Amino acid sequence: MALFGRTVIVCRRAVDLFTGYLEDALPVRDQARLEAHLAGCTHCAEYLRQLRITIDALGQAEPDPPSPETCGELIAMYQRWAADGA
Amino acid sequence: MTLARRHHATLAGVAATYLPSPAAAAVVVQNTWLGMLSGLDDYDGRVPFRSWLFEILVHRARSAGEGGRRAVPAAGYTAGPGRFRADGNWVLLPLPWPEDAGERLCAAAARPAIWAAIDALPPGPRRVVLLRDVAGLLGHEVSELLAISDASQRALLHHGRSRICQALDQLVREG
Repeated sequence: MALFGRTVIVCRRAVDLFTGYLEDALPVRDQARLEAHLAGCTHCAEYLRQLRITIDALGQAEPDPPSPETCGELIAMYQRWAADGA
Repeated sequence: MTLARRHHATLAGVAATYLPSPAAAAVVVQNTWLGMLSGLDDYDGRVPFRSWLFEILVHRARSAGEGGRRAVPAAGYTAGPGRFRADGNWVLLPLPWPEDAGERLCAAAARPAIWAAIDALPPGPRRVVLLRDVAGLLGHEVSELLAISDASQRALLHHGRSRICQALDQLVREG
């Protein structure tokens, strides 16, 4: 469907463009189509917000530190390596 | 030990995407630390340290695991099968998340759910999400590291993030 010379995209296509959009990697035409879609679709705009929150949470979700047992193994490994190199 | 505390679990998570058992992944991570120690004198700082560290890991994991010899399939990964009708509209509209969703998900209490959602991903998307969103590597660094195109890297990332977002939905809205 064309609107003022610009192809209108459906929600599935809009969502497929989100990762490229968040990385600033979309061609200009796709970016314009997506932004036009987001301006009129509260559902996709909400989903984009949810994805941004998820990405932020992933960046802050520090993994558990190694267990004391693993730390012990790593220290022993380091000591062997240091002794071999000495 | 600061480095180990910061990166060990993520290294193990990436190694596990190549290997059949946690024990095999643990061996690869140990060998990665040894490789890092041995290679430190040659590290010239041209790539960020974390990229260099994960490069050591991926090379060792590929060598150790059969899975590494298979290309990461990116085709067919989308935002999530079943979310859209044939006409491209939502089957189930995304329900709004509360204003404080970000704070809820960044709280320590949400960590187990986030890691469970990461662990539930197939190996390809899990590998890319761990490298991009948890370890903080850039898109082109991950594409080069995994020897995949930027488009494939984004498709895997998109699939992984979408699945995680879906998995956290109930926690965020009812939390």
